[in-house]
Amino acid sequence: MNKVVKNVEEALVGIEDGMTLMLGGFGLCGIPENSIAQLVKMGTKNLTCISNNAGVDDFGLGLLLQQKQIKKMISSYVGENAEFERQMLSGELEVDLIPQGSLAERCRAGGAGIPAFFTPAGYGTEVAEGKEVRIYNGKPHILESALTADFAIVKAWKGDTEGNLVFKATARNFNPMMAMAGKITIAEVEELVPAGELDPNYIHTPGIFVQRIFKGEKFEKRIEQRTVRQK
Amino acid sequence: MALDKIGIAKRIAQELRDGWYVNLGIGIPTLVANYIPEGIEVEFQSENGVLGMGAFPFEGEEDADLINAGKQTITVREGAAFFDSAMSFAMIRGQHVQLTVLGAMEVSQNGDIANWKIPGKMVKGMGGAMDLVASAENIIVAMMHSNKAGESKILKECTLPLTGVGCVKKVVTELAVMEIKDNKFHLIERAPGVTVEEIIALTEGDLVVPDFVPEMVL
Repeated sequence: MNKVVKNVEEALVGIEDGMTLMLGGFGLCGIPENSIAQLVKMGTKNLTCISNNAGVDDFGLGLLLQQKQIKKMISSYVGENAEFERQMLSGELEVDLIPQGSLAERCRAGGAGIPAFFTPAGYGTEVAEGKEVRIYNGKPHILESALTADFAIVKAWKGDTEGNLVFKATARNFNPMMAMAGKITIAEVEELVPAGELDPNYIHTPGIFVQRIFKGEKFEKRIEQRTVRQK
Repeated sequence: MALDKIGIAKRIAQELRDGWYVNLGIGIPTLVANYIPEGIEVEFQSENGVLGMGAFPFEGEEDADLINAGKQTITVREGAAFFDSAMSFAMIRGQHVQLTVLGAMEVSQNGDIANWKIPGKMVKGMGGAMDLVASAENIIVAMMHSNKAGESKILKECTLPLTGVGCVKKVVTELAVMEIKDNKFHLIERAPGVTVEEIIALTEGDLVVPDFVPEMVL
């Protein structure tokens, strides 16, 4: 089944004001930067964005925050973004902070047909407020529910025309689970190859989870913390 | 003299055991990787999806697709593996990681830890810290004994929003190594040249002090 769309404009057709989006990436690593740029162009508003982080002030989801396109963020860590902090403290932006492992598992569950699960993470903290607690193996756990999205937008290293995806290094992060949890999943890839070129033994995300795939026009791949040692 | 950050990292490195998988948090814990005792092999897990983390890359060899949980560019060692975030936390929650080292703003004598939020002031999020502390069997906290105003951060009860309850087993500060058991801190070692009295003065929580408290050997 050919999932290829021409370009980012075609890929993002149907994303409307008020929708819930999942966006892959950890920090600026493995984010769908072409799609984010297109969302800025489209000016779509009142979005709920599920993403581990919120970008930095002038890149990643920070670009959508600058344009006030995001109504609510669901994330685990948002520390690198001053505009985010300002909008959150002033109450302009709704924020749901959840433990990173719970966020990953909630996305996975959403795509896997598991409506909720118990986890020890967050027990006894404000994250547990209002949530059912059960003891398993002598230890308290809290009930966390699955997450899904109208659109999931992921970024992969290589993809084929069938929508099969391969990620590179730590740019994999949240992308595979979010690909599973989108009603419509859009994959932007660095290399788009014909079906048959990717070894089926090494596919990370099977094409069944991907509805649209396109080759990103340009990847800046900005580094957040360039840390090196001397030769 | 009180230890500097490197001293704290060196002391924590002595807790590493051969064959362990270890998750190091951001800040002082990251430095622990530089002082692995000779003759033992450990592998570092980073919750953004890598096992077998290596040194920072040489200048010009940075890869935007290869970072640690602090978003720093890294390299990997031979035999490394990459995986997604759900699998990463399966390793953590499933107790396949033997040691977690992380920083804290406060710890209390029942093992509670607070390190993610200062209401109205700093709201960055918990990242993976809540999953790590809820699951790890062996948690060492690397932190300063007191804040800049000289107020103890080793407390009877935490005042800041909690990251986890009853989970911390050991605390290493610039002054001391302490174990937490029976709802008390137990003084195990003191930093070279630091007196027991200095440690008592900066510890608000209940502290059990044995007759002889050895100096750390670094």
